[in-house]
Amino acid sequence: MADLTNNIIQVNNISYNYPEQPLLFDQLSLNVHEGEWLAIIGQNGSGKSTLARLIDGLIVLNQGQIVVDGLTVNDQNIYDVRNRIGMVFQNPEDQFVGATVEDDVAFGLENRLIERNEMHKIVEKSLKSVGMWAFRERIPANLSGGQKQRVAIAGIIALSPKIIILDEATSMLDPRGRKEILKLVQQIKSQNNLTVISITHDIDEAANADRVLILNHGKIIDEGTPQKIFSQPDQLQRIGLDSPYTAKLITALSKRGITVGKPYMNDEELIKWIQQLVSAK
Amino acid sequence: MIIIFFANNLISYGVLSALIIIVILMSGISVAYFLKGIKPLIWLIIFTVLLQILFSSGGHVLWHFGPFSITNESLVNGGFIFMRFLLIIMISTVLTLTTTPLAIADGVQTVLKPLKKLHFPVDTLALMLSIALRFVPTLMDEMETIMNAQRARGVDFGSGSLKHRVRAAVPLLVPLFTGAINHAENLSTAMEARGFSDSEHRTKYRLYHWQTKDTISWIIFVLVGVAVILIRK
Repeated sequence: MADLTNNIIQVNNISYNYPEQPLLFDQLSLNVHEGEWLAIIGQNGSGKSTLARLIDGLIVLNQGQIVVDGLTVNDQNIYDVRNRIGMVFQNPEDQFVGATVEDDVAFGLENRLIERNEMHKIVEKSLKSVGMWAFRERIPANLSGGQKQRVAIAGIIALSPKIIILDEATSMLDPRGRKEILKLVQQIKSQNNLTVISITHDIDEAANADRVLILNHGKIIDEGTPQKIFSQPDQLQRIGLDSPYTAKLITALSKRGITVGKPYMNDEELIKWIQQLVSAK
Repeated sequence: MIIIFFANNLISYGVLSALIIIVILMSGISVAYFLKGIKPLIWLIIFTVLLQILFSSGGHVLWHFGPFSITNESLVNGGFIFMRFLLIIMISTVLTLTTTPLAIADGVQTVLKPLKKLHFPVDTLALMLSIALRFVPTLMDEMETIMNAQRARGVDFGSGSLKHRVRAAVPLLVPLFTGAINHAENLSTAMEARGFSDSEHRTKYRLYHWQTKDTISWIIFVLVGVAVILIRK
């Protein structure tokens, strides 16, 4: 479970702007606890993806400091930091480096000078864990979007990172592909006690997180448990975000005179509550 | 392929044809694929062979009309050129049909390895080659999508005057290029995130073993090569 005392990522008063653009982050600070699933939501241009890239050192800070697992993100530590973080990006096509599935999974290992025999073992294990071993000789053109994202995840598992960042990793997938990928990450997370940061537009994805953080124009405007965040549908709507299905259902029910005790529940809680309501009548 | 250019008489061409036919039979590829490989080049072959027959001089003149003449030697030369084309196309078809692009890219890397001593970036070139090959189907798909999208907006590809056709290519090429640049940017970010720093300091996942059959095929090729050069004299 999430250890709230241990911050695996600390973002301290960072400032950043893209060249010739206004300041995106101004003195932003946040912490990510070890073992938690943190969802960062916000509309387009709110700085979600930029934040992920800053944490991985893919772009360089103007001011402030980011510490990942005790290491300050800077030029000397950059490869050590990247060893600890696995990133899955949005476009399945654009992060497939290898000519075939197994070459792609091996790419990160090749960069880390892993010995060949060892590499073959790790590739096999990683591909099996995402259920893509049978596809190892396929070329990317013959895979679906969801399968390519599975391969991307296998490539990351192979490097056994402590942190996985999903940068809108499911936004180009269909609902089934999205569910499968999230289930897979959840499973890997609990097996290896990983920390997951998921950057998403998908409210249902965020609803399953341990903690949700709303970013708007480079500022954190709210954070808390999904229950807390999604019980304020007005706030979500104001910044152009939707609320989860159950929250909408609760609002619709209350308009028809059925008052639900809590303003937000997840699927199972709401189903249970409705069942109780019906059986009481 | 170089050996094919050495051959200059009937016996040497006979030896080479026999070798290539054996290679084709051993590969088990149907003859239809080879005919397909020759098809796009057929006009080039006919043109060159005709040119050779009509314009070469020397030997006994069989027929002539104005600047054109057919001699017994020019006929033989024309036949040789035809054989050369045929043999080259066949042996390259065998290569492309039996070897995956990935293996070809790795092969190029191995062959170019000596150039490393001259500070030629062999590993970088090999990486570029393998990424280029990997993106060919992706970009083809994208081109298809863009073409259809532009057709839906009324762009007419492939008809009208040359000027028209060039104009019609612009709404296809510009998005294709910007798309390719986006791919490159995202791919390089993803590569960096997975710890890529430079192509020199990496281990390799794939290993190609030199096997006995490689030695055997090389011995055969060297023997045939020597034989052809000897027959030449």
